[in-house]
Amino acid sequence: MSHPGYTPSEIMTIEAARRLSNGTVCFVGIGLPSAAANLARLTHAPEVVLIYESGTIGAKPDVLPLSIGDGELAEYADTVVSVPEIFRYWLQGGRVDVGFLGAAQIDKFGNINSTIIGDDYAKPKVRLPGAGGAPEIASNAKETWIIIKQSPRTFVEKLDFLTSVGHYEGGDSRQRSGARGAGPTAVITDHGVLVPDPVTKELVLAALHPGVTEEQARAMTGWPLKVANQVAAIAPPTQLELVTLRDLHVRTARAHGTSSTNE
Amino acid sequence: MTDKIMPLADAVRRLVKDGQTVALEGFTHLIPTAAGHEIIRQKRRDLTLVRMTPDIVYDQMIGMGCAKKVIFSWGGNPGVGSLHRFRDAIQNGWPNAVAISEHSHADMAGRYQAGASGLPFSVLRGYVGSDLPKHNPEIKTITCPFTGEVLAATPAINPDVTVIHAQKADRKGNVLVHGIVGIQKEAVLAAKAAIVTVEEIVDDLEAPMNACVLPHWVLDAICEVPMGAHPSYAHGYYERDNAFCKEWDGISKERERFLEWMKAHVLGTPNHAQFLAYAGIR
Repeated sequence: MSHPGYTPSEIMTIEAARRLSNGTVCFVGIGLPSAAANLARLTHAPEVVLIYESGTIGAKPDVLPLSIGDGELAEYADTVVSVPEIFRYWLQGGRVDVGFLGAAQIDKFGNINSTIIGDDYAKPKVRLPGAGGAPEIASNAKETWIIIKQSPRTFVEKLDFLTSVGHYEGGDSRQRSGARGAGPTAVITDHGVLVPDPVTKELVLAALHPGVTEEQARAMTGWPLKVANQVAAIAPPTQLELVTLRDLHVRTARAHGTSSTNE
Repeated sequence: MTDKIMPLADAVRRLVKDGQTVALEGFTHLIPTAAGHEIIRQKRRDLTLVRMTPDIVYDQMIGMGCAKKVIFSWGGNPGVGSLHRFRDAIQNGWPNAVAISEHSHADMAGRYQAGASGLPFSVLRGYVGSDLPKHNPEIKTITCPFTGEVLAATPAINPDVTVIHAQKADRKGNVLVHGIVGIQKEAVLAAKAAIVTVEEIVDDLEAPMNACVLPHWVLDAICEVPMGAHPSYAHGYYERDNAFCKEWDGISKERERFLEWMKAHVLGTPNHAQFLAYAGIR
């Protein structure tokens, strides 16, 4: 891929940020979702409401938090509540518009794995950190977005473990499962954006980043990828978007005492 | 009342016994690391360790052989990666086999609430479609008697001992927690006994109305341990030591280096003040 002036990781974060608007209440996962959500807040959506599972509501961190409970999140929040309260009243109570998650693996229905790699739970090849808040974010937010780098290892035909539900087995199976909300409405990758088919709920490639081809996206998908009739072209980053994102990463790196990274 | 204020070593000696269920809580903020170190120094064994986010403190306790089981919902070094000692115990049984009981955050929070409420179980709209219930017999379902909705049900957590860290206590032992308060209040009220380490003991808490204050009569030991949460942080006192959290990745990766570090820093120092001095922290 040739990307004059920006990386695939940067355009992924920027495209995710563009989707958040002022006033949206977003339950933010750590890492890529947090970077995208704060980029939105620092550019076009200063009034976006960011909630972290540590109980910080209306968080406005100046640098990206390393952990989900950095003091930075509490310092400038509108309010800080307890962990049971954030999950019971604010998430399960239906106050969250968008649950914004990352994952280690995703399948074609937007179900995600953050538990293990390998086929034996008792003897995993790789033990991942686990569920955290994701299962309930995925099943209680009004909709969810997933941000994940696309590769045959992450976009898999069958998950090693289903940690958090997306469109479950497709069709209306999510609704029947008892989950609330619309489930995954967008999967933002370093190749483009996938959205669920309105009926089958299978993820369909709907937009591509500048310079990325359908063939490249297919090659990075572990199942036969469906492609929309009209694939939208994602606009390249503006100067403001790029500068704001890079400044954020530089500030973050300085605060955490390491070199700058786009992860 | 004031006889509850005691050195941390005494509190652990009196209250933490082999084989117990022990919760060290603090959601990224106010993690009771000093207390974890003291439990390691006193060589407690066969503990069932409960904690939503087993991070460096449980990595250390597991690697030093304190645990037989870990009940948790997210086991990583936040922003850094894996907990190598935790993984080594699960995958290879080193230094001993460790059983796990894996939940989600919302569930763990509810289980502590149920424990604090004197109820046998917690209910939530959770684990929908997830594989977790297939691997954890403690996650069951219950049908709502009013609506017929099927919900997740999990047993209350009532630790033998809960340990938390807080900003300050007054001379009676009343404790003020502020900032990200996490699950500390519920974990204390769910427990049969509670130890609180604090940054300082003061004449007056100056607690605003509605602040999170744990009265002395629900606590069993209050111990003054400045910087007792390091490398976590205490809002208003010191920041999270992110550089150390990253360094831990290298220290903990190999068994030998880990053991060497723990022997020098924790077993080789008599208390937290000496640990901080030895490690060159602040």
